[in-house]
Amino acid sequence: MNFPILSAIIFIPLIGALFILITKGNQKNVEKNSKYVAIFSSSVNFSLSIFLWLIFDETTSDFQFIEKKNWINGLISFQLGIDGISILFILLTTFIAPICIFSGIHSIKFKIKDFLIAILLMETLMLGVFCSLDLVVFYLFFEAGLIPMFLIIGIWGGSKRVYSAFKFFLFTLLGSVLMLVAIISIYWITGTTDVIKLLDLRISEDYQYLLWLAFFSSFAVKIPMWPFHTWLPDAHVEAPTAGSVILAAILLKMGGYGFIRFSLGLFPLASDYFTPFIFTLSIIAIIYTSLIALMQDDIKKLIAYSSVAHMGFVTIGIFSLTKQGLEGSIIQMISHGLISAALFLCVGVLYDRIHSRMISSYGGIVNNMPKYSLFFMVFTLGALGLPGTSGFVGEFLVLVGVFQKNIIVAILASLGVILAAAYMLWLYKRVIFGRIANPEVKEIKDLDKTEIYIFISLTFLILFFGFYPEPLFNTIDISINNLIEKYHLDINFYLNKRNG
Amino acid sequence: MQTILYILPELFLSISIISLLMIGVFVKKSFKLLRFLTMIVLIFTTVLVLNQPNEIIKIFNNSYIIDKLSIVMKSLTLLFCLFVLLSSNVYLEINNIDKTEYLIIVLFSVLGMMLMISSFDLILFYLGLELQSLCLYILASFKRDEEKSTEAGLKYFILSALATGLMLYGCSLIYGFTGSTNFETISNNLNSQNTGAVFGIVFVIVGLAFKISAVPFHMWTPDVYEGSPTSVTSFFALIPKIAALAVFIRFMYVPFINAIDQWQTIVVFLSIASMILGAVAAIGQNNIKRLMAYSSIGHMGYALAGISTGTNEGIQSTIIYLIIYLVMNLGAFSCIFMMRRENVYYENIKDLSGLSKNHPTLALTFLVILFSLAGIPPLAGFFAKFYVFMAVIESKMYYLAIIGLLTTVISAFYYLRIIKIIYFDKPNKPFELNYDWGLKISLILSSLFILIYFIYPSVLIDLISSVQIN
Repeated sequence: MNFPILSAIIFIPLIGALFILITKGNQKNVEKNSKYVAIFSSSVNFSLSIFLWLIFDETTSDFQFIEKKNWINGLISFQLGIDGISILFILLTTFIAPICIFSGIHSIKFKIKDFLIAILLMETLMLGVFCSLDLVVFYLFFEAGLIPMFLIIGIWGGSKRVYSAFKFFLFTLLGSVLMLVAIISIYWITGTTDVIKLLDLRISEDYQYLLWLAFFSSFAVKIPMWPFHTWLPDAHVEAPTAGSVILAAILLKMGGYGFIRFSLGLFPLASDYFTPFIFTLSIIAIIYTSLIALMQDDIKKLIAYSSVAHMGFVTIGIFSLTKQGLEGSIIQMISHGLISAALFLCVGVLYDRIHSRMISSYGGIVNNMPKYSLFFMVFTLGALGLPGTSGFVGEFLVLVGVFQKNIIVAILASLGVILAAAYMLWLYKRVIFGRIANPEVKEIKDLDKTEIYIFISLTFLILFFGFYPEPLFNTIDISINNLIEKYHLDINFYLNKRNG
Repeated sequence: MQTILYILPELFLSISIISLLMIGVFVKKSFKLLRFLTMIVLIFTTVLVLNQPNEIIKIFNNSYIIDKLSIVMKSLTLLFCLFVLLSSNVYLEINNIDKTEYLIIVLFSVLGMMLMISSFDLILFYLGLELQSLCLYILASFKRDEEKSTEAGLKYFILSALATGLMLYGCSLIYGFTGSTNFETISNNLNSQNTGAVFGIVFVIVGLAFKISAVPFHMWTPDVYEGSPTSVTSFFALIPKIAALAVFIRFMYVPFINAIDQWQTIVVFLSIASMILGAVAAIGQNNIKRLMAYSSIGHMGYALAGISTGTNEGIQSTIIYLIIYLVMNLGAFSCIFMMRRENVYYENIKDLSGLSKNHPTLALTFLVILFSLAGIPPLAGFFAKFYVFMAVIESKMYYLAIIGLLTTVISAFYYLRIIKIIYFDKPNKPFELNYDWGLKISLILSSLFILIYFIYPSVLIDLISSVQIN
């Protein structure tokens, strides 16, 4: 396979963005053309990634479609490649990006051209994160995403957008600079930042713990874990709908992906050592943020806190280091990507019409918006993990996985499932049913065509993977098996070495 | 005869300056002509410098050295001087400081810097230093009918004279304890036990730190940057730093190399203090020139971090940092030169509000430059920091790397603040953009360099890899 398909997938959105950047002429035409370019490039990218999935070899755990170019002389090479874990995130990204573009075209009222550039740039960078097989290249993509996201929140955001954008930027930057120190240290300790080589090298025990903590600081902020999550509600609330969708659906997953790929892969001993620590933080995240979510009167904030709780399941699953747990956490990430995107789009629909995110402004929506209520129902049930939705598969597997490792953690985590049902259903009741308190709600219009198409595609996937998650399992199975096998081998190696 | 060939660039430059001075005196209204000739002279001198032999040559009784370091630093000085002059064309005309003396003095200071860079002897070094300093004092107060400018010149003169005095005292101590003014001899006779000479080193470092405005010898920087005409500020922010860093490297690595245990701590301290102060103090600034002053203090902190490692990789990373710093500052000052309405230049960052609405392209360029100054990948500014911290971590100075990277987070705040004003705030009145070609060229070149550097980052490494001392 000589065609550099990964580079193509990464850089097609960038090329689209450049096209939009250089279009000139009268305002209307420019906007129209840039919409077409954005839709076109992101859909091409989606089809290309589907094609990638079809030709992807599911019978091997090696990295595939490897591309390697000399980049910084003698130091670092630009290396791309994917395995069963990363391909799912690529698919998620290329699927969510067109949705964001449609939603942006639908509801963004000014500077639409710049908005599309930012979204396409974001897509390029996120895909780069999931494809890169070199720590420095990974860091480059990981950090560069801050620029477009900062602008998306700051330019098109709500009233407190400046504060939120700054908080988002500085928090994430602070987390990741320590990772940069760790990456450079790894280079001097092992002589390479090539992930494939590093996965086979066993980094000496003396360094593992500190390096693990440095990587943790970055991923914990990104995913986010309690107590590093405080940027997330602010960023979510103030970001425009499409920005929230990108944040929730993909940006958070970079943290989870990082934990699986780097924390487990490079520092097995430290991962083992810090597992109780992760479990504690995750349990606090699940219970505490669920309780906070119960108390919210802002719909977006409620969903943002529920994201933190769901990510708590993901981290528990990852560090349970059982096959079920890891697979569950990946499915949970994918499904959360779909469900939270859908929920934020739902809030966006209401916000476009009434310009309020407060639960109290709504009530009795079902009278005028029956279609909307139906879709919102599906997404709500998905978020609380009802069997038959993809949310159930992930959460269930995570609980099965962690049950083998630590029963108390499993029991406490399942409390989160109950709490999720409480806050989601209560939200649904207050927004959709009840008496119409707000006169504006009486004249509210139901979904239009674009919105229906977006919601149908999301509903389809959520239900499809709820009933038939097989394709996802087939893709990740071998990679996960290999990861766990390697993990145990490494641990034994270190223990043997320690005992002489 | 051979010797004359080796100092041909300096010789050519000085003869040209004198001829230009003559033209300036005898031809009336000759600014435009002289400006043109100055550019030619600068380009031609650069070519001469680049043509110098590719080996280490010492002339005039080993008091003058031509090596890779000097060639790189001299050509940087000349090249960026050219760009600074190009970008400040219109500014000079509008502010009525388009006097011939301006160009002559700039050229004289460049000559002084070239002498400094190549000096291999304390006395010659001091001569070069004084030549450039005197020119800088005049430049700072060039707008002599303005209170702030004269104040800047005076402040700079007094503080700089003090620092030079200290340095001279240090030089005499070193001479006294090692018995020579030649760098090589000093290096042979110096060791860490030689307390008197170590005192001398401290004083010399104080003087050098003053020149590159490292904390705690930075006090003059914000005032001088703010008070001087912007064209001079941009000159200050770029050109003298090159020579000062070159001399800093030369001093630390040739005569003082045996006392590395002694000076390393000092340089690390200077570096950390500059990084922290540069990041924290800039937060409260509203005048963009003052802000750039603190930003340059911070950046010099990172450059010093590279020097403090005491390795060749450290020097190389410092030089790469310097080059990227120069490009970024050239771009930033080109943007500042754009802030003009009805022949008045604005300096408050509030005046930038809503730039994205009025001038989207300029706003985008400024955005790129600011993110690069903040060190966010994939822009050039990130690679600058990356190389420095590569060198620092190679020498196992983890605390320095961690402090340095944490201060980048703090300093990101004030760059973000400008971006916020440009992109998030309500539009102000539009600027009259001036599409002077010189300004345009420097803006386009610098922003393009910053933007596409990541595609081929080896370019600077290849260029610099031959710069080695020891």
